[in-house]
Amino acid sequence: MTGFWSTVSAILWKDIIAELRGKDIVTSVLGFAILSLVIFNFALRPSPRLTPEVAPGILWVAFTLAGVLGLTRAFVLEKDQGNLQGLLLTPTGRDALYVGKMLASLVFMLVAEVILLPIFAILFNISPFQPGLLLVIFLATVGFSAIGTLFSAMAVNTRSREIMLPMLFLPVVVPVIIGAVVASEASLRGGGWTEMAQWMQLILVFDILAILFSAFSFNYVLED
Amino acid sequence: MGKWMVVGYGMSQEDVSGAYAIEIVGLGKSYGGRAVLKRLDISMDWGQILVVFGANGSGKSTLIKLLSTLSRPTDGEIRVAGMAMKDNSRAIRRNIGVVMHQPLLYDNLTGRENLRFHGKMFSLDNLDKRIETAASLVGMAGFLDRRLGFLSHGLQKRLSMARAILHDPPILLLDEPETGLDQEALGFLQDLMVSNSGRQRTVVMTTHSLERGLAIGNRIAILAGGRIVYDEPRNAIDEVKVRAAYSNFTGANL
Repeated sequence: MTGFWSTVSAILWKDIIAELRGKDIVTSVLGFAILSLVIFNFALRPSPRLTPEVAPGILWVAFTLAGVLGLTRAFVLEKDQGNLQGLLLTPTGRDALYVGKMLASLVFMLVAEVILLPIFAILFNISPFQPGLLLVIFLATVGFSAIGTLFSAMAVNTRSREIMLPMLFLPVVVPVIIGAVVASEASLRGGGWTEMAQWMQLILVFDILAILFSAFSFNYVLED
Repeated sequence: MGKWMVVGYGMSQEDVSGAYAIEIVGLGKSYGGRAVLKRLDISMDWGQILVVFGANGSGKSTLIKLLSTLSRPTDGEIRVAGMAMKDNSRAIRRNIGVVMHQPLLYDNLTGRENLRFHGKMFSLDNLDKRIETAASLVGMAGFLDRRLGFLSHGLQKRLSMARAILHDPPILLLDEPETGLDQEALGFLQDLMVSNSGRQRTVVMTTHSLERGLAIGNRIAILAGGRIVYDEPRNAIDEVKVRAAYSNFTGANL
């Protein structure tokens, strides 16, 4: 394994072990996301006809809010224990640091989504386990983690970091959220791949640009 | 003194005997327009142990942060082993070990897992042996498999000392390392000054402990108002002179 991927896997391993023992991120994210799904379900009580239209929006509101919470926690834990400095004292390239942290955030978000989807299915009496929808969720989560990791590192050094992250992050990630909601709606309605394709392409392009831009910019974000 | 070999970018060994271990020229650092360090000039030969005394807020920790590449100077230049920090920060990080106020380790990982993670970030070989050696040196061999969060502050500090020497750096930067350490661990502090190959490391250590500083250092400096106001070889001074100088420059007692 090259130095780059060895570093990435070490960061990923460290974050997963620490999370399995501390359960700081997944617990807070899941509690919040489940609560929002339940509240929306009881507040809207969508009819079977209306469900495919409103459910994708509700699903992505839950994912988005949960994602923001998870991303905030990811760097707060590094910063509060002084570990961010520990990472920066190593000769590791900042791009490898970024990819490692980004993959860790991606894994935590995907785990949360895997747990949330059956709850969503039960509450809204809808089957979300369709290849098209799962692919949209995966691609959008990659974009979320890609740009969210950069903004999370940026926000962690500010005084009101819990407010700063959503303020910086949400306007930028809007194309992914819109694309994900529309493509999810098409999938749940039974629309074909062609109907989803243009939105999935938008998300894919966003993912690639977000990863490249963030890996390049990460060094500047971490400087004192 | 033998030749010092430092690890350059890409892990090649480079002879740097001709260069200063640390060279600081006109170094300044400001935060929000407030100057914390003002035009510092320091040159350190290999094997020198510079102990820096200074009151709270005098810029000691800022100096360590700058030397450890965690912060960029506002003015001036830092060269480590002849390498300009501006363009060689990654290579410089391979050659420095840093102990700061916080242990810079993860609460949810065991001591061994923390050191292993750190070793992987440095792409170190023989990691198991290195971990055992570093942990033994600071009396942590029996605590390696306990989670950091369950260890006392003193033991965490010891582990952070093991972390700092895991890659056997020729240069150590210690920011008030004695804080939280018991008498036994303070004895280990002296052992950190020597590398695995038996060579004297180059060390910059900030401290408030006059006794400890004079016991360890071979060069003594006082930082006040962001400037080095006193800089003498250890063998030219004694405790009384340092106390008097400190009182004179800072208006406080050591």
